[in-house]
Amino acid sequence: MELVLALAIGVLAGSGIWLLLRPRTFQVIMGLSLVSYAVNLFIFGMGRLWTGRPPVIDASAPIDAAQYADPLPQALVLTAIVIGFATTALFLVVLLASRGFSGTDHVDGREPEA
Amino acid sequence: MMNALMMHLPVLPIAIPLMTGAALLLIGDGHRIGRNALSLLAVVAQLAVAVMLLFAADGRLGLNWIHDIGVYLPGDWPAPFGIVLVVDRLAAVMLCLSAVLGVLTLVFSLARWDRAGVHFLPLFQFLLMGLNGAFLTGDLFNLFVFFEVLLAASYGLILHGSGATRVRAGLRYIVVNLLASFLLLIGIALIYGVTGTLNMADLAMRAGSLATGDRQLYEAGAAILSVAFLVKAGAWPMNFWLAAGYGSAAAPVAAMFTIMTKVGIYALLRLGSLLLPTGAPAAFGLEWMFMIGIATLAFGAIGLMAAQQLERVVGYCVIVSSGTLLTTLGMPGVALTGPALFYLLSSVLATAAFYMLIEMVERTRVFGANVLAVTLDMFDLDDPHTENRSDDVVGVAIPAAMAFLGLAFVSCVLLVTGLPPLSGFVAKFSILSGAIAAANGNTPPLDAWLLMGGILISGLAGVVALSRTGVRVFWGSGDRTTPRLRLVEAVPVSALIALCIALAAFAGPVMGYLTSAAQSLDRPKDYVEAVRGAPSQRLPGYGVQP
Repeated sequence: MELVLALAIGVLAGSGIWLLLRPRTFQVIMGLSLVSYAVNLFIFGMGRLWTGRPPVIDASAPIDAAQYADPLPQALVLTAIVIGFATTALFLVVLLASRGFSGTDHVDGREPEA
Repeated sequence: MMNALMMHLPVLPIAIPLMTGAALLLIGDGHRIGRNALSLLAVVAQLAVAVMLLFAADGRLGLNWIHDIGVYLPGDWPAPFGIVLVVDRLAAVMLCLSAVLGVLTLVFSLARWDRAGVHFLPLFQFLLMGLNGAFLTGDLFNLFVFFEVLLAASYGLILHGSGATRVRAGLRYIVVNLLASFLLLIGIALIYGVTGTLNMADLAMRAGSLATGDRQLYEAGAAILSVAFLVKAGAWPMNFWLAAGYGSAAAPVAAMFTIMTKVGIYALLRLGSLLLPTGAPAAFGLEWMFMIGIATLAFGAIGLMAAQQLERVVGYCVIVSSGTLLTTLGMPGVALTGPALFYLLSSVLATAAFYMLIEMVERTRVFGANVLAVTLDMFDLDDPHTENRSDDVVGVAIPAAMAFLGLAFVSCVLLVTGLPPLSGFVAKFSILSGAIAAANGNTPPLDAWLLMGGILISGLAGVVALSRTGVRVFWGSGDRTTPRLRLVEAVPVSALIALCIALAAFAGPVMGYLTSAAQSLDRPKDYVEAVRGAPSQRLPGYGVQP
């Protein structure tokens, strides 16, 4: 499971960075989204990988900390998702504004001379 | 009442702008006077709170803070389980600086910039909230959250007034900062993964007792974290967006942004000082910061010489100031931290005044008058002010506008380049004398000489570039109109310059305060003890009389 997660994060981050370096604004925003997925998975992974362990304490059963997953990374990843989503949405607006002003979707605001 | 106010003093710099910003969103655009009055009231209140915290952190208000470090527990959970806000001298100084800048740039923007687009006033308040929060927070994740708050507000503000140039520069600014935020998150997650804590004080304790494998991961996390801070600080090679981004922003926004690069430096200083005793990981350690600082200085100096437009020139001044700070803070020991903080205050005030000033200067000129026609073609420069030429400024014009602009320009140049007699000189002189002392002491003398050379050469580049521009702007013949300046625009610039004069005049007490701030940074134990010993606020006897 660790290997699969690590590979997934690596593939997402790698493709994200490649897309970020591309000249079209749409590619840049897709790249940012992929990088943010990689980061979110990474944060989640930092709470260690478990199966069948809830993060919320069940008050009716005797409490054994080893039976529970670390809730903090899950809370962090929620915050990170929300913030990442909001900033990406904002970036989308800027992207459209840039397209409107320059008439091209190149990041420099003009087509490169051939 | 007074006691309750004192008890909740540390949270006010965050709470005031948050509530004001929310209220401003709800009040319709029709109530212009009410909105302006509310915004002004809020920034003045923040300034008052910041000044009180400045005295409180020096132990002069009798608040019985442990080691004069104020700790506020917003959820009343003891650290490290709940989040904490921490006020020490350094944080109080930064809060004061952001509040002063907030008041003056807001006054300047009320001349007309608040109407150049929507939601200027709420975004301005949220920017202040993010800044204050980043200075106050005592844990890593809230540092990220407040960074995002201030960045989200800055994304809105950098595009304020719209226009093709702003959108193009803003696009790059946003991409770079989003990527830096992701780096910040990776670093924070990695550090949490190995140490199990996000609280900076707790981290400072646990970082020393990590197993070897964990230690390597932790150092990698800290290195990634510091790369993110360096991007925010405008360090080479991650600062290509800075000159264009700040230069194309509206003048009051650019003036406010001059403190944003210093937030990155503040974070480096804060975490660096806390983690140093446990063997700070490489990038928070000094050698790397020093070398990056030197490279930033060189980049800034070359950029200064090459820049053609006034806004770009000031942008490179901001980069030079970041480089100077990184280099100075990269020197071992705390002897240079006090002078570096003094330089930080002086350079932020000076570059902010400069950004507001050049907007007024540009009004006198026809676009492109100071740039060779060939250069215009070659670099494909656009007129950044096409959309908002300010020929239509009405209101009480101040007399002798050109004389005022010229005098203010000279003062700004003196401040930025560090020539006597203003505070820029005091700052650079104290850095240089500290460096000479360090060269005779235990530091590698090469570093000290590099620092001195870097600061002097970048200062020289600043003098050459700025006097060249000044000659073109004020003495060059050609198309020029006598500008109409309004009092609300002239007063903030004069006030910023007057503050710098005051900094030079009262250099003794100011430097004394900053030196004790630097010395308390050198005692991270105090910080840890204050945070871990923070009493619960509900107990009687703390803050309220039993």
